[in-house]
Amino acid sequence: MEPLITQFVREPNGFTLDHYLQKQHGYEALRTALTQTPDQIIELVKASGLRGRGGAGFPTGMKWQFVDKKSAKPRYIVCNADESEPGTFKDHVIMERNPHLLIEGCAIGCYAIGAKVAYIYIRGEFYHVQRVLERAIDEARAKGYIGKNIFGSGFDCEVYVHRGAGAYEAGEETALLESLEGKRAQPRNKPPFPAVAGLYGCPTAVNNVETLSNVPLIVNKGAEWFAALGPEKNGGPKLYCVSGHVKKPGVFEASMNITLRELIESDQFAGGVRDGRTLKAVIPGGSSVPILLPDQLDVQASFDGVAKAGSLLGSAAIIVLDDTTCMVWLAQNLLHFYKHESCGKCTPCREGTDWLFKLLSKIENGQGQMRDIDLLNSIAGNITGKTLCAFGDAASTPVLTTIKNFRHEFEAHVREGRCTVPAAWRASQPVGAH
Amino acid sequence: MSFHPPMAYDATFQRSKRTLAEPGEPFTYTAENRAKLDEIVARYPAEQRRSAVLPALYLVQYQQGYITGHAMEYVAGLLGITPADVEDVVSYYTMFYTKPVGKFVLSVCRTLSCAINGAERVVHELCHQLHVKPGETDATGTFTVLEVECLGACDKAPVIMVNDAWHEKQSPDTVKQLLDDLRAKGESSLTDCHMAAKVKG
Repeated sequence: MEPLITQFVREPNGFTLDHYLQKQHGYEALRTALTQTPDQIIELVKASGLRGRGGAGFPTGMKWQFVDKKSAKPRYIVCNADESEPGTFKDHVIMERNPHLLIEGCAIGCYAIGAKVAYIYIRGEFYHVQRVLERAIDEARAKGYIGKNIFGSGFDCEVYVHRGAGAYEAGEETALLESLEGKRAQPRNKPPFPAVAGLYGCPTAVNNVETLSNVPLIVNKGAEWFAALGPEKNGGPKLYCVSGHVKKPGVFEASMNITLRELIESDQFAGGVRDGRTLKAVIPGGSSVPILLPDQLDVQASFDGVAKAGSLLGSAAIIVLDDTTCMVWLAQNLLHFYKHESCGKCTPCREGTDWLFKLLSKIENGQGQMRDIDLLNSIAGNITGKTLCAFGDAASTPVLTTIKNFRHEFEAHVREGRCTVPAAWRASQPVGAH
Repeated sequence: MSFHPPMAYDATFQRSKRTLAEPGEPFTYTAENRAKLDEIVARYPAEQRRSAVLPALYLVQYQQGYITGHAMEYVAGLLGITPADVEDVVSYYTMFYTKPVGKFVLSVCRTLSCAINGAERVVHELCHQLHVKPGETDATGTFTVLEVECLGACDKAPVIMVNDAWHEKQSPDTVKQLLDDLRAKGESSLTDCHMAAKVKG
């Protein structure tokens, strides 16, 4: 499949409004959308089968339909550009190199749900991206693509960028709304869902950057075309982020017909494991999902395909690990991340992540006991499902999945008091050799 | 008449005197930043001035380098919330500093993809060059080294964020060059991301 979203990202002027207007039918989708009713747009997106690209894969059309239209309060589109899941780096490519696609998607989304304002919540570390995005918004406003009375239709829409300040938890939709309201990014109890009571207690649709960027394509080319791009219920183009021990890490756009193995091994994509090493394991959807082993990779890299293999596509952040990776070290590294990023609202997660990290450090440093391995399992199992948001499950997964697949490495650490994987080899290699 | 003994409810009663850490010098925005804040506040509904607290704190940080107690009170006054509300936010988000930092803050990502590409050796070399430990500022007050979690540039690991600019594919060898460039050329040597759109103006 030819890239649709990232087709022009390597062209020097690919991000400009002129380029967008000439090469990508810029803002024609918005013009078309405004000639239809909001309900027709929602039906179109539903028919396309577009699923949320942020991680959960929830149908976008359904999400928009759930937005409470009877409420007298204003409605909002909030675009989740927090992109913090370790291994994920696709949204910044869209925002930096094709910002007008996202802006057009926001405007169409606003029209569909009856909102007048879209807020793009961008993570604080993306300041260089934010400058590009804000400039693009100014350009679009100057030309009348957003603002008052767009294309003389009477429809008003504003798009604003809101900068976060360093919190992984802000990627969770209700925590993001809290942060946007000027508070700590901590999740809310659900229900009510944002579609009923979201930003400022008003009906809100929270959509990922990549999700909204697909909407103009659907309006331009039709729901059937979009659905036919991928397998059933997994239509449209998808951006994959491949990183780790591969020859060519990067963002790749493909149809979800592709398999995980092709993405990792094909020369067209990541080019296989580097330095002649062998593949040990793959994390297919960001650090929060179960690990897949090399013999499990011949599955469709779709939401349903990866789920069938026993993991999740998540944010399509594929982290490739070669045989030099120690799984105890890996779990320790990820649990340090979760311990650091836990927002502290729910006790099982706040206390549990710290406890898991301490136990993993003990084992990694050669002071662990066999019973610590079972204790890890027990703590992780007691966090899962007992927190307000999915962070708790996300934090326990790296522990559960590494012990399940590589228990012998944990036992070897305990028995021999050191790593049995050639980590020394890792330390001897030049950094950033790819 | 109650049988309880009379109790004093006057000024002698011990009240909690909560003071913000590092009150610092009295703080006000420059006229330019004050105007920027008004522009930002206008993006949110009139009764939701609080939404502007993160941008308001960034303005403080860009103006004086870090966020003091006085600045928190000042921001609270402008947005119609309490200083505690502001401190709550400042203490939660990792990108706000409550202590002075160097002119260049070097934040090294050390989450998985950067870690398997040698982030720890980048940190080690930085600290070695600057004679500091992670989290510290060097003797000249120019550089602060921080270890941070995933910056979202995993394909170009390991990544260092220098103030707001990314420097990708770093290694112990490139780190020395980076420090030399920053010393010699200052902010003009910041490069941003490999895909950075060159925006004019």
